[in-house]
Amino acid sequence: MKKEYSKEILDEISKKFPEVSIKIYAPRRIYIRISREKVFDFAEFLFKEKDFRLSIATGIDTRDGMEILYHFSHDESGTYYTIKTLIPKDDLKIKSLATFLPAANWIEREIHELLGVDFVGHPNLKPLLTAETWPADLHPLRRDYADEHKDIKISKKPQETL
Amino acid sequence: MRRIVPIGPYHPLQEEPEFFKLIVEGEKVVDLEINIGYNHRGHEFISPTLTWDQVPFLVERICGICSDSHPYAYVLAVEECAHITPPPRAQYIRTIIGELERIHSHYLWLGLAGHFIGYNTVWMWVWRYREPLLDLFELIMGNRNHYAINKIGGARRDILKEDYPKIEKYFDLLEKKNAMFTNAILDDPVIRARLEGVGVLPKEDAIAYAVLGPTARGSGYAIDVRKDDPYDAYDKVDWNMVVFEEGDVLAKAKVRLLECFESIKIVRQCLKDMPDGPIETRVDEIPPGEGIGRHEAPRGEVFHYVRSDGSNMPVRHKVRAPSFMNLASNVVAAKGYSIADAALVLAAIDPCYCCTERTVVYESGKKKYTGPDLLKLSWEKTEKIRRRYRK
Repeated sequence: MKKEYSKEILDEISKKFPEVSIKIYAPRRIYIRISREKVFDFAEFLFKEKDFRLSIATGIDTRDGMEILYHFSHDESGTYYTIKTLIPKDDLKIKSLATFLPAANWIEREIHELLGVDFVGHPNLKPLLTAETWPADLHPLRRDYADEHKDIKISKKPQETL
Repeated sequence: MRRIVPIGPYHPLQEEPEFFKLIVEGEKVVDLEINIGYNHRGHEFISPTLTWDQVPFLVERICGICSDSHPYAYVLAVEECAHITPPPRAQYIRTIIGELERIHSHYLWLGLAGHFIGYNTVWMWVWRYREPLLDLFELIMGNRNHYAINKIGGARRDILKEDYPKIEKYFDLLEKKNAMFTNAILDDPVIRARLEGVGVLPKEDAIAYAVLGPTARGSGYAIDVRKDDPYDAYDKVDWNMVVFEEGDVLAKAKVRLLECFESIKIVRQCLKDMPDGPIETRVDEIPPGEGIGRHEAPRGEVFHYVRSDGSNMPVRHKVRAPSFMNLASNVVAAKGYSIADAALVLAAIDPCYCCTERTVVYESGKKKYTGPDLLKLSWEKTEKIRRRYRK
């Protein structure tokens, strides 16, 4: 009864976007790495032509740059296709998906305030979760948040072990 | 003339923090602005400072009503990352608790919705039969809420054999009572007139806003993690997905009522088929990797993403509660209806703000309404409909 990911979709993806690297972690979990410039077209292809659902997006502050993950769900096969892209820390900009996908509106606002990623073309890039008094240039989920705020005890510990 | 009617920062029905800015023309809502974040507690910040086995305790406290859903999705994510398969008995136990939670959560919503449209009988009835379910939770797990049943690699408590008859006895009662509610609520012309065609969320908008759970299934968007991506014991039991096409508040209520029958079916089969054996596996360390955990919570799909670098703590832990997606769809669902309907529509998605605001309503400094006033508005409308049916 358990459904598997569809091979046709993967074939079509590698035909249309030949530069992507695909990794199958579990039977229904697929991770696709793609360059920042292609994310918008790729997401549009998944949503408009393949009826994928945008489940959520995540940002991770890594050593190599800011990693943005878009988790798309293909509900027919129950498979998650995660699009990964890496953006350099000195140029935190990526094209917004909210222009054609209302579901991306809130999550991009959240990533913007927590990690400081600028979503170009977003209709309303206001803070979503943080308080109105929160400074706009302070991004609590970034790794350098600890440096800026040495008085916060919780962030001191991982600094020392590194 | 356009006026702004703020609802919040406490929802009059759910008594949870959120803020809706209704832009109205006369009685009609023409636009809506939603503001959340009054309950932001920084779980995603705290989680990477805790060890893998401490995180279920933290995520269990994200929400009080669906306190099984978050740890459930989290342990599924970690198990996927570390390639752990829990023993079959643990899988069945987790499935049973997940379904019991669904019934209790749907009943909570149903009772509140009844109260809100002025049907306090519905409220009293439904909560009367929700109470023994909480006693059942106490019997199985020692707590009426915050069950603490999930752990990485299994379940923390076993369901004892001598408790089976008690659970089954309750389910015999529940099945009868759920049939009674369903008939009483769906046959009542006043309730039908009050809920039918109110707060319609069309299917296209449901897809665009990526709504989940009963909100999606009430709009004809047939998604359910338990069917699409079965985990634990869900692919070993026989049950049906409940889908309605209308997209109004009545459809959402119907989905929730009929889903309770399916939950009863699942729990009964699980109790019958549950194998004997251990309830946990030994977990030594979590290797580097990443995992996605999905659980169909009462409100929709709960999503957890974890990334491991091989240490004893997660590097990143993303939590996405269903209400985060469902709330945004209110922009479509509440537009075009009266203020008396608005608060009901906004509550119809069964929002849960712990996972993702008392009412002061005023018209540009002239008049002030409070939470009870909004309730009164809603009750008056029901009373109007009721009078019409009496004639």
